[in-house]
Amino acid sequence: MRHLSGTIILALGTLLAVLAAAFAADSLFRIHAIILALTLGIATIVMLRKVQVSGGKEVDRSGYMDEPVRIGVILTVFWGIVGFLQGVLIATQLAWPEWNIEPWFNFGRMRPLHTSAVIFAFGGTALLTTSFYVVQRTCRARLWGGDGLAWFVFWGYQLFIVMAATGYLLGITQGREYAEPEWYVDIWLTIVWVAYLVLFLGTLVKRKEKHIYVANWFYLAFIVTIAMLHVVNNLAVPVSLLGVKSYSMFSGVQDAMTQWWYGHNAVGFFLTAGFLGMMYYFMPKQANRPVYSYRLSIVHFWSLIFLYIWAGPHHLHYTALPDWTQTLGMAFSVMLWMPSWGGMINGLMTLSGAWDKIRTDPIIRMMVMAVAFYGMSTFEGPVMSIKYVNSLSHYTDWTIGHVHSGALGWVGMITFGAIYFLVPRLWGRKQLYSLRMVNWHFWLATLGIVIYAASLWVAGITQGLMWKEYDDQGFLVYSFAESVSALHPYYVLRMIAGLLYLTGALIMAWNVYKTIRGDVRSEKPMAASAMQPAE
Amino acid sequence: MTYEVVRNFAGTWGLIYLVVVFLGVIAFVLRPSMGKHAEDAANIPFNDDHSEGDISK
Repeated sequence: MRHLSGTIILALGTLLAVLAAAFAADSLFRIHAIILALTLGIATIVMLRKVQVSGGKEVDRSGYMDEPVRIGVILTVFWGIVGFLQGVLIATQLAWPEWNIEPWFNFGRMRPLHTSAVIFAFGGTALLTTSFYVVQRTCRARLWGGDGLAWFVFWGYQLFIVMAATGYLLGITQGREYAEPEWYVDIWLTIVWVAYLVLFLGTLVKRKEKHIYVANWFYLAFIVTIAMLHVVNNLAVPVSLLGVKSYSMFSGVQDAMTQWWYGHNAVGFFLTAGFLGMMYYFMPKQANRPVYSYRLSIVHFWSLIFLYIWAGPHHLHYTALPDWTQTLGMAFSVMLWMPSWGGMINGLMTLSGAWDKIRTDPIIRMMVMAVAFYGMSTFEGPVMSIKYVNSLSHYTDWTIGHVHSGALGWVGMITFGAIYFLVPRLWGRKQLYSLRMVNWHFWLATLGIVIYAASLWVAGITQGLMWKEYDDQGFLVYSFAESVSALHPYYVLRMIAGLLYLTGALIMAWNVYKTIRGDVRSEKPMAASAMQPAE
Repeated sequence: MTYEVVRNFAGTWGLIYLVVVFLGVIAFVLRPSMGKHAEDAANIPFNDDHSEGDISK
């Protein structure tokens, strides 16, 4: 009777969604419920075709559960391309405002679509997928909770992405940065996330390995903290049971502080801790040597946990937030520099004694570049959190540049490295389709990040200085519109940088596709191009 | 409980508590007998030689 209970639950879900559409309090909720009904309806039909009432062979549950990991890798690549394309589109809109197509495709709706697509769809799917892979291997245990729980977490999270993305385009938002989905989507994510926590903890409990490997500590911190942040930040009262609108439980500066406590820890625990879990597993595996210092990795972990949670107030410098809170946020942000660099050194030194791999192995090179960008952006961040620097950088494009050196450089590159590691192993191929294409991806992405960060440094500082320019009478020298038009060339450069990064990701998609098919490209081996000793 | 009470408690006892716990963790990790243990733990990713296959063995 495989898949029967799942199919029934999906069918009931479809029915509830249809009822929600029928009794919706507002038209946006109705459209959203119809989208939900269609999604669940299609899923029900797909599942119905799989139901086996009797017979069929027993599923082998002795090995690892890798099917969600395989689908997850493909979806990560897919969401990556969607998110990067979305980024190129909104960069184009900023450079040439004619590209704002109202009402669905204007910048205001496309921007959260981009941030959520890269953070939650690309990054989140990558984290779920790799955590399933890593926790099984480092515990030498199959995922806990039978196959049903893992599939629920996996597809439940994808449903969250679909609901969030369609909501943005419809104009449904609660206006909290990186937490735009409205209350009903938030409740769904909470359910999925608690299931994820139970799945992960259950697998840790039944491990065959005595010690819990450090990568799992990072993944667990990511899961636990995101649960806490998500619930507190989204405490809100809906206006009606079947309507989109809700109001936050907090107001004024408390609301702002809650938002940025969430916002910065989304960076700290989603985009940092989770991806550090990846680094601590995939980097040693690809380099084929254990992490440089295991003790340092534990110190890295606890320092990060103790410090990150306090850094949020640096988003609210020179606002109504009490001064002591701003200073506290600044002090903790500066202290964070230490554990971040401890982790970077730990990652880089893992290659100690095997430095030639950076030359010969483009996947290692990708991971090294990721860790280097982790170091660079965690140095830039503390600098920008200092109040004096912040008085220049705040609200300018420098901030956007900083975020992207972390996101494209650290999060993107470590994920690409993990994907290139995983694909041949998951599909039982001896090697990737092409290492040279990995090399192309590496250079396109790196060039893209460098152009992006550099052009937005210049743009941000230009902006900051123009806003602060007073004449001897005390009047502002520039109007706001003048600072906007001054940025046009940098916005065009930013769009080109995004195109380079997107091109790299498309090359990766082709490489992944061909590897899954089992093809091997005939090409000169990578190491041969480097200098060889005379024979 | 007023704001002032909570604020003072957090800034004194709360701060001391977190600092002591943190220093305790660091001391625990850096204690000499941790060395061998850490080396074993660092090799966990390599204990799994049948990555794609049967884990019951």
